[in-house]
Amino acid sequence: MIDIKYIREQFPAIHQEVNGFPLIYFDNAATSQKPKEVIDALNAYYEGYNSNVHRGAHTLAAKATDAFEDTRESVRAFLGAKHIEEIIFTKGTTESINLVAYSFGRKFINEGDEIIISGMEHHSNIVPWQILCEEKGAKLNVIPVKGNGELDYEVYESLVSEKTKLVAVAYVSNSLGTINDVKRIIAKAKSVNAKVLLDGAQSSPHCQINVAEMDCDFYAFSGHKVYGPTGIGALYGKKEILEAMPPFLGGGEMIKEVTFAKTTFNDLPYKFEAGTPNIGDTVALKNAIDFVNRVGKEEIAAYELELLEYATDQMKQIAGIKLVGTAAEKVGVISFLMDGVHHFDLGMMLDARGIAIRTGHHCTQPLMSSFGIDGTARVSFAVYNTKEEVDVLVEVLQKISDRFVAKTSKVV
Amino acid sequence: MSTRQIQEEIIDEFSILGGDRESTIFYIMELGEKLPELEESAKVEENIIKGCQSKVWLVTEYQDGKVVFNADSNTAITKGLISLLIRVLNEKTPDEIINTELFFIDKIGMRQLVGSQRSNGLTAMIKQMKMYALAYKAKFSN
Repeated sequence: MIDIKYIREQFPAIHQEVNGFPLIYFDNAATSQKPKEVIDALNAYYEGYNSNVHRGAHTLAAKATDAFEDTRESVRAFLGAKHIEEIIFTKGTTESINLVAYSFGRKFINEGDEIIISGMEHHSNIVPWQILCEEKGAKLNVIPVKGNGELDYEVYESLVSEKTKLVAVAYVSNSLGTINDVKRIIAKAKSVNAKVLLDGAQSSPHCQINVAEMDCDFYAFSGHKVYGPTGIGALYGKKEILEAMPPFLGGGEMIKEVTFAKTTFNDLPYKFEAGTPNIGDTVALKNAIDFVNRVGKEEIAAYELELLEYATDQMKQIAGIKLVGTAAEKVGVISFLMDGVHHFDLGMMLDARGIAIRTGHHCTQPLMSSFGIDGTARVSFAVYNTKEEVDVLVEVLQKISDRFVAKTSKVV
Repeated sequence: MSTRQIQEEIIDEFSILGGDRESTIFYIMELGEKLPELEESAKVEENIIKGCQSKVWLVTEYQDGKVVFNADSNTAITKGLISLLIRVLNEKTPDEIINTELFFIDKIGMRQLVGSQRSNGLTAMIKQMKMYALAYKAKFSN
């Protein structure tokens, strides 16, 4: 059971008024708010032991290094990886995917090879592969999305062939909330020895993740969507694959020895962590993961599902509202349109009542085009949201509908 | 009415809303709904005002030494905003348009209301309208 009072107390930013109304923060798929322990950890680091990691022969450096590496262990456990060196710190999902595209892609993808992505990918999981395919003369195949927002698995399975070298898909769609059947996706990819990368930006806050059990080869995630700081995330990669991959960026930390004749690279995971890392945010990410573990991933998922069903049932009743994405398996994301009211306008009207949502194409323009729309309004839940907040949303949407939805569509 | 008088009229109308954000947005959207729609044939790339997040089409005519503006947008708030600009600047001479200081925008708190992204769009709309006035002035002044 979620102790909502306790949980809400942990998040300072949600206790404020916006435009004269209590803030209702429903833009969690973009970024979640941060619990106090994360903010405190950032302060404690900068006030107490700010120091560079892995090199200083002094107490503060040792303390910073320990805290930094503690987070790596915490991320390892959070993702269910077997080995700690399989966790590479990055800025977030986008950098993680780019790392794979540049390092793995440049070495292992060749002319005539095929990469499969899906029609619901975030631009971050499209553009790096387009660049790679163009450079290598490889082909990019796209799994179509059905009208309800689910992937067409039959088409996917027909796309997989001996030429398929990599399948890169989102575990959960950021625009629609669809939870993809990654088990099925991975099983088929493995049948032809293709590698699988999961974009875990949206699944990490809501789903139980166990990369070893799922047997995916790469998993990319962002800390700021799981109540952690912005600018820190991770790439999980299977050890043997990471070892075979060349470095991504060159610089400090990633080397063993440098002479002008030759440089030998450091071991995993440092081989992929050139330069001074984002130490403060990395340290505080552990506190975000601790928070999630303490509340319980399953409890969080169940609670958010309850909010999703509660909101969906009511929003469906409002004249003019059309839900975009009605997959059977979803996280707490509701994308919708209102007849005759542009989503930008909806966003502004809701903001006037202190309700924060996201509007636009959600960095998934191909998906929006496939639905014949230029964007949606998106409500996305986190563990600190409440049914009372949903009630306010529904009340304001009803008011907007009463005023602006054309009479004709009300009759239907 | 002079552009000054029209602007004062708008300020008066908005003052009735008492600065309430929600009512102001609803009011602007209603103004947008009242703006006549442009023909589909006018909604083409060359009529789009660049720099707006929403799509805004602006077409002009020059009649009896005055500039006639017509506009449309895919979002009601933007349509409402441009309808206010048109109300002030429509059927005025190029000189009047060029020299009009649009003081009503700050007086009714429009920039704070629409936020920085849409505020940039608003600036783009004003700039485009004044550019047309300049162009007509250059073309017909001799």
